[in-house]
Amino acid sequence: MARDFETSKPIYLQIADFIFQQIIREELKPGEKLPSVREMAVEMGVNPNTIQRTYSEMERMGVVETRRGQGTFVVENSEIVTELKHTFQQEVISSFVNKMRDLGFSNEEMVASLKIFLERGEDK
Amino acid sequence: MTVQLNNVTKKYGQEFALKNVSFTFTKGKIYGLLGPNGSGKSTTLKLITGLIYPTKGTVKVKEEKVTRKVCQNVAYLTELDHFYHSFTIKQIIDFYHSQFSDFRLEKAKQLLQDMQLDERKKIRKLSKGNRGRLKLVLTLARNAPVILLDEPFSGLDALVRDSIVKSLLTYINFEEQIVIIATHEIDEIEPLLDEVIAVYQGHYIDHQNVEKLREEQGISILQWFKSTIKNWESENLETNH
Repeated sequence: MARDFETSKPIYLQIADFIFQQIIREELKPGEKLPSVREMAVEMGVNPNTIQRTYSEMERMGVVETRRGQGTFVVENSEIVTELKHTFQQEVISSFVNKMRDLGFSNEEMVASLKIFLERGEDK
Repeated sequence: MTVQLNNVTKKYGQEFALKNVSFTFTKGKIYGLLGPNGSGKSTTLKLITGLIYPTKGTVKVKEEKVTRKVCQNVAYLTELDHFYHSFTIKQIIDFYHSQFSDFRLEKAKQLLQDMQLDERKKIRKLSKGNRGRLKLVLTLARNAPVILLDEPFSGLDALVRDSIVKSLLTYINFEEQIVIIATHEIDEIEPLLDEVIAVYQGHYIDHQNVEKLREEQGISILQWFKSTIKNWESENLETNH
């Protein structure tokens, strides 16, 4: 079990983020079935009530749907994937930008340093 | 289905183990009774199993006052090592099967397999970790409405803890059972718990929903537990003056 969870954010949302990332990477495809609540609970090492909440929240957001007696599925709608990609991308960018601003860098410096970073291949 | 403590006080001689505690446990949830050694956690569990009786107040399981017969409804993992050492695993399983009508042999076999325990082995030859695993097998193989675990992780290494957590999650019937885990090792079980109760010097000093703690206060159980105890101590010092 025991992926480490941050204390500042509810576990059910952290697991939702984890599943969203699987959808973005297309490890989970539109229309694909998610593990049962129990399977997911065992995999994550968390209480099934938590997973139930994760699935309800994702359903509320329109990313998955529950089919009676069959389980929970990623919706068959590729727009959702595009939307998720966009949302996660924006989150990462805004956190990067805010941290750079806190350090006192200008927009131009940010862009320049990012370019150099990518050209050097330092991300590898 | 509930487990109810109503104004329960338990004294051993002149010493208070629990002081006027009222609480209702409801089904479908995993509760953590958290507190240092000697705070009243084990006393709570023993009262629910009918191994001891309250000095004052009442303990009820399924609306019935607890007597020794309550063990039909309560599966209890004690922190003690209580096995007959000359038994093999198979013999102890057969013994439990003969004693508890809700003991499921198939479930026990499956659990043994998951825990990689060989039923031909003698208890005496088992490592501490494997004895801890065996205790859990015997507790979870019962279809009892109430499951009480007293320090299930105590002294066990990370690998054993993981296998115990996995089996718990796999075999508990979440709609029908109440699970109460007493422990002073808080970090290990944080993601398992629905509700936490801070037990300190015989009092239930606070009770919280774990996800609400994170959502509303952004803190872990351990952080909550420490600050709760600190607050309680300072309040109780003030009232003494």
